Amino acid sequence: MEIPSGPDLYTKMVKKSAVKTEKKFDVRTHILVPKHIKMTPEEMEELMKQFNIDKKQLPKIKRTDPALEGMSVEKGDIIKIVRKSPTVGESFFYRVVVA
Amino acid sequence: MTSEYIYKKVGSIVFGLLSPRVIKKMASVKIVTPELYDKEGYPVDGGLMDIKLGVIDPGLRCKTCNCKLKECPGHFGYMDLARPVVHIKYVKQILNFLKYTCRECGKFLVLKENLKGKGLKGFKTLKDLGKCPHCQAKQFKVKFEKPSSYVENDIRLSPIEVRARIEKISDEDIKLFGYDPEYARPEWMILTLLPIPPVTVRPSITLESGERSEDDLTHKLGDIVRINQRLFENINAGAPEIIIEDLWDLLQYHVTTYFDNEITQVPPARHRSGQPLKTLSERIKSKEGRFRYNLAGKRVNYAARTVISPDPKIRFNEVGIPKSVAMELTIPERVTSWNVEWLKELINNGPKKYLGANYVITLDHKKKKIAEETKEQILIDLIPGCVVERHLMHGDICVFNRQPSLHRMSIMCHKIVILPGSSFRLNPGVCTPYNADFDGDEMNLHIPQTEEARAEADILMQVQSHIITPKNGYNVVGCTNDAITGNYLLTDGLSFTREEAVQILYSIGVTDFSTIKGKNIEGKDIFGALLPRNFDFIGNSRDGRIVKIEKGKLVEGFIDKATIGEDNGTLIRALYAKYGEEAGIDLLGKLFRLGIEVLLRNGFTTSISDTDLPENVVSRNKELTFQTEKKVEELIQQYKDGKLEAMPALTSEETLEKHILQNLNSLRNKIGEIVFEHIQGENSTILMAKSGATGNILNVVQMAASVGQQSLRGGRIRNGYRLRTLPIFEKGSLSPLSKGFVYGGYRTGLTPTEYFFHAMTGRDSLMDTALRTPKSGYLYRRLSNALQDLKVEYDLTVRDANGKIVQFKYGDDGIDVHKSEGGKINVSKIVKEVMAYG
Repeated sequence: MEIPSGPDLYTKMVKKSAVKTEKKFDVRTHILVPKHIKMTPEEMEELMKQFNIDKKQLPKIKRTDPALEGMSVEKGDIIKIVRKSPTVGESFFYRVVVA
Repeated sequence: MTSEYIYKKVGSIVFGLLSPRVIKKMASVKIVTPELYDKEGYPVDGGLMDIKLGVIDPGLRCKTCNCKLKECPGHFGYMDLARPVVHIKYVKQILNFLKYTCRECGKFLVLKENLKGKGLKGFKTLKDLGKCPHCQAKQFKVKFEKPSSYVENDIRLSPIEVRARIEKISDEDIKLFGYDPEYARPEWMILTLLPIPPVTVRPSITLESGERSEDDLTHKLGDIVRINQRLFENINAGAPEIIIEDLWDLLQYHVTTYFDNEITQVPPARHRSGQPLKTLSERIKSKEGRFRYNLAGKRVNYAARTVISPDPKIRFNEVGIPKSVAMELTIPERVTSWNVEWLKELINNGPKKYLGANYVITLDHKKKKIAEETKEQILIDLIPGCVVERHLMHGDICVFNRQPSLHRMSIMCHKIVILPGSSFRLNPGVCTPYNADFDGDEMNLHIPQTEEARAEADILMQVQSHIITPKNGYNVVGCTNDAITGNYLLTDGLSFTREEAVQILYSIGVTDFSTIKGKNIEGKDIFGALLPRNFDFIGNSRDGRIVKIEKGKLVEGFIDKATIGEDNGTLIRALYAKYGEEAGIDLLGKLFRLGIEVLLRNGFTTSISDTDLPENVVSRNKELTFQTEKKVEELIQQYKDGKLEAMPALTSEETLEKHILQNLNSLRNKIGEIVFEHIQGENSTILMAKSGATGNILNVVQMAASVGQQSLRGGRIRNGYRLRTLPIFEKGSLSPLSKGFVYGGYRTGLTPTEYFFHAMTGRDSLMDTALRTPKSGYLYRRLSNALQDLKVEYDLTVRDANGKIVQFKYGDDGIDVHKSEGGKINVSKIVKEVMAYG
């Protein structure tokens, strides 16, 4: 049997697998993934004031993070994460979006 | 010494390579000869110990800076290498440069327009390119051959060729590799000059015999210089290429081992005695290296270390130290007009008589040793303002520590008690926070030397401040062993005459006997006598029954581990909460000593007869065992017939194993219940288990009835290679006996097979602990290093040293666990207490 030459087959395969993954599972609906909410500029301002910090001092999150899929976020936005906590029930965490 | 300080802030640090120019510039002498000293023992000019490189002998002056020993920081020299050699620490980087640049024109093997800011990473397969896109020259694969040579088309590239190639790379292309060409040109990774470190870096030691012993680095450098010289001579004499190549390789070897003597495939350079030289890398690297040995950890003075032993008669926050230690360690005492007389007495006692003094520091900071001859003069010169270093005495403050220091409770402050003997004595109650026992453990003791240090230790580090652990807010220190048994017996029916009661109470430090009245004193009243009069308490004993204390009197229940034990001893914590640390530790100490004192007077022992079982119990156990055996047999039969229904996610074999294990375990539990029921009568062994002093019911069952199933890695003993555990069993046997069930108890004894299986699990657990300890130790080291400067700020955020936020509220709730109960704050209790006080 003759094997079809390299690149063509490869691109075909890539395209095929791309079609398949379109129906992939949305991680944001999973129980273990906490809610990610984009903050408004006013809320961001307030947050910085509350902790007396600038954006550099916040923990980071990548723009390509699966939990941010489908959200229109840009570098510099702050994401509020609502987590379940064994000590207080619901706790808040904040992350700044980086490239 | 000048006291002028220059204040400067480090703005930035640049890391780079030393270029030949810089090496020459920073050098103060050129090294040309391997000789160190001439016949008179004077350093040779141009040798490795040249006095232009700095001074290490007292009296001499450095020829470069004209400074004396300790003033001269030392100066670098340099050496011309006859042929260039590869710097062993940069071989991988050099390979990258060779691989990804053209062998002819030295340009990066990708066109600029194709780069698109991807950097090197996107081009792992460059070597297959074949042709240079700039000059069309054919490219060959460059291979790296350990330890330090490069091969192209099976031809070895000499360092000269390698250097010539990477010299051609333009500054712009170097930036693509992530280097700053101003500070790190790649050709500097191939050495043409070798910097010679100052002698202060490699001082020689004068032995007792007057002989000089040189540092390992000097030895190594001597080798390099010697080979280098030979290479020079051979080149100049026009020796055949083979000889030159051999010498060149030898030079490469010496320079390599000079940087790192632990490279695989390079035989380590050795002393004449055969022990490997410690060269540059080994000086810096790992546990014995500069960082972990000299910078992260330092040796200290005013410290002592010996074996520890127990002494229940001293207080929790005391430590007994031998006189020999007390006379060696000192505390600086400033002379004032109020203590002159006393200090003069100490000086008069001198260093050899206890409660004396070892040194006096005069007003001009001169330290004078006290001796018979100097004593008189020192006494005359003693004026207020001097400092006397006097021996340790009762009540002095020290810091006591046991490694590994995993805890803040591993280093606590104790008050000193001078005791006879040669070991440190500590109250057995504080073994838990230190994780100490007395099977030969040693502990360290430090004496803080300044007022501030002592105050800090006293206020922050005392034992009583650390009884409540920050882990969960429970107490780490409490009554253990005999202390619990004693209190249990006392409050569970014991009674004494009034005389005895007073004796007991007096011996533990209680002097108020007004609460005990009448001829016969009940144990509960003796217990109550040491509690404060206004103390109310409601709690539970281990079996869930109520323990009630009203106005300092035990009115209901008895005392056991649940109330006065370690880890959640409710009574202890109630005392602490109400009366504070100082009174708390005092009361805890009294409770502890009371328990021991009661046992001392009442007598307490265990014996083999404690595990005696009545006839009917033995027969019931036999009956139970028989039933279980039958059941297991049935299960095995079912399995063999294929009738056993497999449980979800398990094979039928696994299901059978699970069923059998369940049956055997429940057998042991049932036997345990029966045994407990029948020897519940007051029996020392059971009593200790019941009060929580030591051991548990399972231990008693294992002694009296049956040891039970031996488990190895979560299952019964597995078969060997021949379908059975031991050759005395049938092949494929699944019976309890053949799989490690021990019918016998420790008292009746084990059969040889049972003994063998028992030894198997014993060995396994021994191995397990031996392997786990270093592993978890390293894991913890990494964790603590990663977390060491995280800190809870005043706004309850957790931040690192740079002020970056790690947690927005400490533990999400901002609760200080140290001040909580199991991580929770009991608000209603606080409200009630506040209301009660009005």
